[in-house]
Amino acid sequence: MIKKQVNSVEDALEGVQDNMTLMLGGFGLSGIPENSIAELVKRNIKGLTCISNNAGVDDFGLGLLLKKNQIKKMISSYVGENAEFERQMLSGELEVDLVPQGTLAERCRAAQNGIPAFYTPAGYGTEVAEGKEVRDFNGKPHIMEKAFEADFAFVKAWKGDVHGNLIFKGTARNFNPNMCGAAKITVAEVEEMVEPGELDPNFIHIPGIFVQRIFKGERYEKRIEKRTTRS
Amino acid sequence: MLDKEGIAKRIAKEVRDGYYVNLGIGIPTLVANYVRNDIDVEFQSENGILGMGPFPKEDEVDPDLINAGKQTITALPGSSFFDSSLSFGMIRGQHVGLTILGAMEVAQNGDIANWKIPGKLVKGMGGAMDLVGSAKNIIVAMMHTNKKGASKLLKKCQLPLTGVHCVTKIVTNMAVLDIIDDQFRIIEHAPDVSIDEIKNATEGDVVVAEDVKPMPV
Repeated sequence: MIKKQVNSVEDALEGVQDNMTLMLGGFGLSGIPENSIAELVKRNIKGLTCISNNAGVDDFGLGLLLKKNQIKKMISSYVGENAEFERQMLSGELEVDLVPQGTLAERCRAAQNGIPAFYTPAGYGTEVAEGKEVRDFNGKPHIMEKAFEADFAFVKAWKGDVHGNLIFKGTARNFNPNMCGAAKITVAEVEEMVEPGELDPNFIHIPGIFVQRIFKGERYEKRIEKRTTRS
Repeated sequence: MLDKEGIAKRIAKEVRDGYYVNLGIGIPTLVANYVRNDIDVEFQSENGILGMGPFPKEDEVDPDLINAGKQTITALPGSSFFDSSLSFGMIRGQHVGLTILGAMEVAQNGDIANWKIPGKLVKGMGGAMDLVGSAKNIIVAMMHTNKKGASKLLKKCQLPLTGVHCVTKIVTNMAVLDIIDDQFRIIEHAPDVSIDEIKNATEGDVVVAEDVKPMPV
């Protein structure tokens, strides 16, 4: 069996350079690769294009990279909740490409699955469709969307093993499985690294073939964006 | 005139046994509180859960369990989790039976605008374009007029579009309307609102259904 485990977040990020395109899993602050983001901040890698559904908040998630002006372009579906993001977008320091959420997920999945492009009805007749091929299927117009091309995908899973097999938890799954294998190198960080054979093969969400490097994250804050409770 | 809770209560009557339902942020979220408890319904949140339950008690809060509005939630027995691609497969593939969402403007041809105001900060469309681009059963929940008193039911949308020819039913604080033959048709009016008041608050072309009746409240 092939081994993917690296010993540290430093080893996991080997080869990440300025001006690369990165995919980062997570929805809001749930299921984001906290340790990889922290290492990107520490290394001060600049000029990044980041494909991620959201852009974090001011002092957490991708907001940490924004604060240090490390991101050149964001490709996302929703970027509210971040004042520094707004400032950089309005001043023109930051380029933003807004993509419908389902299209964003599918462009990741298409890259993972070797599908160069696909047709979707989402965005037809809106500014999202500008400059894109339109084609009718079953009497309904669709627009052509292309698979993403990225250098690294950083994902976060709940449990993993040395072979790179992954299991996600709850709604922290979100974009993470779709990004595995969708970039040249996929780096998975996990909360728990289990012994080989411990994960039931029937319940593995992502087989290790889609993962090149795996490591156990040193710590997880798992910050909650909107704590909402009932009495 | 209804308040937001009243709009949610009225829309809840549209939710039928066996429906999978996606609720948008705002008034649509309130609908879950008023669905009859003698029918079986599952709520889908597009970040990756079917069978979403109520907000958690303080000791049940889980950072790995949130809804599309990023609020902490619970999962009911029988619920399931899935990735974003599969989630939008449920939406695009029309497996989700009913979509309820808010809007800034709706046009009489069924166009909807709800994601961007030029000159104001853009936050993004999230899943709204995917939802309106595919759902076969969309109900818009909104106030009939905006904060300045201008109609939100228009001949043509002025704001950047979210989707085209997709809305078939609208529930506002004044009326229930459907869209047929490029016209708004009033099918119910709020108990204390007259047909003329609804017509005056609607910029688009309006007709009145023959069997128009007061909203059941």
